[in-house]
Amino acid sequence: MDRTLDFYQFGFLVLKTVFIFAITLVHVAFTTYAERKIIGRAQARFGPKEVGPHGILQPLADFLKIFGKEDIIPQSAYQPVFKIAPIIVFAFTAVNLTVIPFEQGFILADLNVGVLFILASASLAVYGIILAGWSSNSRYSFLGGLRSAAQVLSYEIALTLSLASVVLMAGSLKLSDIVVAQHNSFFGFYAIPQIIGFVVFVIAAFAETNRTPFDLPEAETELVAGYLTEYSAFRYALFFLGEYTAMYIMASLAALCYLGGWTVPKYVIAILPFLKWIPGWVWFLLKVYLFIFLYIWVRATFPRYRFDQLLSLGWKVLIPLGFVNLFITILFKKLFA
Amino acid sequence: MVLQGLFLYFALMILGTGILGITQKNPVKSLLWILLTFVHLGGLYLLLNAEFLAVVQIIVYAGAILVMFLFVIFLLDLKEEEKGEVFLKSWQLRVWAILLLVFFLVIGGLNYKIFYQGPYTIEFIEKEGHSKALGLVLFSDYVYPLILLGFILLVPLIGIGIMLFGRKTNGSS
Amino acid sequence: MVPLSWYLIVSFCLFGIGLVGFLIRRNLIMLLLSIEIMLNAVNLSLVALGHYLQDIRPQVIALFIIGCAAGAVAVGLILLVITYRNKATLKVDEFNLLRED
Repeated sequence: MDRTLDFYQFGFLVLKTVFIFAITLVHVAFTTYAERKIIGRAQARFGPKEVGPHGILQPLADFLKIFGKEDIIPQSAYQPVFKIAPIIVFAFTAVNLTVIPFEQGFILADLNVGVLFILASASLAVYGIILAGWSSNSRYSFLGGLRSAAQVLSYEIALTLSLASVVLMAGSLKLSDIVVAQHNSFFGFYAIPQIIGFVVFVIAAFAETNRTPFDLPEAETELVAGYLTEYSAFRYALFFLGEYTAMYIMASLAALCYLGGWTVPKYVIAILPFLKWIPGWVWFLLKVYLFIFLYIWVRATFPRYRFDQLLSLGWKVLIPLGFVNLFITILFKKLFA
Repeated sequence: MVLQGLFLYFALMILGTGILGITQKNPVKSLLWILLTFVHLGGLYLLLNAEFLAVVQIIVYAGAILVMFLFVIFLLDLKEEEKGEVFLKSWQLRVWAILLLVFFLVIGGLNYKIFYQGPYTIEFIEKEGHSKALGLVLFSDYVYPLILLGFILLVPLIGIGIMLFGRKTNGSS
Repeated sequence: MVPLSWYLIVSFCLFGIGLVGFLIRRNLIMLLLSIEIMLNAVNLSLVALGHYLQDIRPQVIALFIIGCAAGAVAVGLILLVITYRNKATLKVDEFNLLRED
């Protein structure tokens, strides 16, 4: 059982990890810029325009500003947990990057239980939110933390149910196997036969990452800023890095499990054969960008849900729909395969 | 070598965080140490070639049961306990506790002889994947306990419903 | 190779830690937490034995224990909340209604 790596394999692995992490951070930085531009256009105004041509250096300016701010820690806060809470959120969201296949064979760790690993780290990231609220030792932070945690936990069940149907159709928990199974299936991707599951997944993904229309915990008009109230400067930035990374993880998961990952359906290649020359990771990135654009578009469009409406949507609508989808998938598999 | 180093790290962290977990005064801090214990226990399951069980341990124990505990502690607003009132007072109990730990240490270290080799070898599990191997046994030999487990997990749901929405006669209990 | 007795030592000591925690704490929540530690120690012992005896059925039993522990903890916490509502304390020394002296 001694599966150790020699020095070169280990060095190559470290290099791949740094590369993927750096690319993700660059994407996250430019997503903040893209979000402000797109929401600005949706609201009939330009977004940032000053810094650099068309405002493209805005993320750099934000980054430099965050480093210049003063780091305030409340005196009655419980210091060790206060400092470690944003790190927990960011670390357990970023560790999902290791199991996502960007291309056939380009994956950091092809786990046998890849889908469950993502769910496990989502469960552990909830602790960062609860501990941030508790350790701030302030009533509004505490309530905001509990609210956000209740929201994430409720929608995690809907997420698990929709992913369970995908795993059932693909027959494996490995993410690369799910993509290959989609390529070999009739429709080419699972968004069509699992349409109910896809809708449940998209709504649950919005709620898991605390994005509009479910962003009650971090809206400025509600509970001050929820569990983020006492955090300033770089710790606040860490929370938001965690949120945008979680957006990318959910977008990657949607692209892998429902939209076909790095593959193109066979009938599309039969019609337009020149598409075969475009490498797989380009398709993957396009699908992820599509999903991120959906995130930003929804933020510009929909009003916020009230907290009890949010919870009732999660428990009374999405979970029954998830079960219905699971039963339909079971019947399908039993009768036709 | 790497295996033994990893095992040593996990084992020492489990025992250390376990001892820290039962001796804290504040229930929330105690729960955080126990959370670390459960996560390292999941890591130990990985070394034992049981990856599905490791992930289920983290999702269910660390991610659901302990969160339930945390919510109840916050709901009941338990304050940090005063010094001196935490543990039971008698010193005999502490001596018996230490002797018990030493006894368990000795019993675990005895040389056990393995006299039975089952059919599910490590190569089989590595080839099929632990989830599939578990599923093969679960749905063929253990179907009835699985259905019963569903009922066992249904009972607390009904219990919470009764506790929250009460009985119609006694309104304030 | 890690010998089986190392896993058993960890499992038994963790069980001992849970047992000691159960015996010396006065807060009801800490008692429930100690029960969880004991259940986990038994799980570890089952999984280790399943690995070394090359049989997967102890690991299936461990999966059932995880599920039943979730249900047991849920019921325990329900009872705890009801008790707290009635008595406003969680120290086990104060649950002495049946005492005769």
